Amino acid sequence: MMNMALDVLSWILLLGGGFFVFVGGLGLFRMPDFYTRVHAASLTDTMGAGMILIGLMLQAGWTLNSGKLMMILVFIFFTSPTSTHALAKAALFAGARPLIARREKSKEKNKLPDSDKEDAPS
Amino acid sequence: MYTVATLAILVTMALALARAVLGPTVFDRILAVNTIATKTTILIALLGFLTGRPDFLDIALAYALINFIGSIAILKFFKYRDFSRSGWLEPDAPHPHRMPNWMPPEVIEILDNNPDPEKHREGGK
Repeated sequence: MMNMALDVLSWILLLGGGFFVFVGGLGLFRMPDFYTRVHAASLTDTMGAGMILIGLMLQAGWTLNSGKLMMILVFIFFTSPTSTHALAKAALFAGARPLIARREKSKEKNKLPDSDKEDAPS
Repeated sequence: MYTVATLAILVTMALALARAVLGPTVFDRILAVNTIATKTTILIALLGFLTGRPDFLDIALAYALINFIGSIAILKFFKYRDFSRSGWLEPDAPHPHRMPNWMPPEVIEILDNNPDPEKHREGGK
């Protein structure tokens, strides 16, 4: 009975991890902007990888393999946000702007001649 | 269940590969390659369980270690064009090694007028 419950729980975790990985990959392909793509890709690293590895740990039981899976999980949990942060910072530093900032900038450009005309008579 | 998760990971790797080919900037490509590498780690672990050989976990562990160092090294190279440069820059200094070949012209204009990205994001001049 206990083994059955563990099996069902690990199946749920594996299926949920597969779902999150697929959704993150879809977002990585479909999102319009670099920063939104970063958001989608970080989803696969945290939820997808975490759920799949925990599901595998439940399948492995109290063995050395479970410890190795735990080490992989801890390492991914520490390094994935680090590399994502470095990537976003490098992109911001090199001049990539979010889509909303670019839209606001173009709106400001469209408004600029009108405000000049309003300012000129006064 | 292993098969479903493996198939989801393979589909995600294909989508990330398409993004790496299509990606307009170099950072999109780095992001896609980084995603593929993380997915490879999980794929190796899953294949070990799928084929009944959990010894593959050692390979997955080594791959996770290499992946992080590689992505940080590539990012440092594309940020500074130099592996030996320190990460510190003066707050008001202009960026020493920009990449004008892929940036749109309005971004180059913004950066020339306003080298500090934080100031521009707040809307100040």
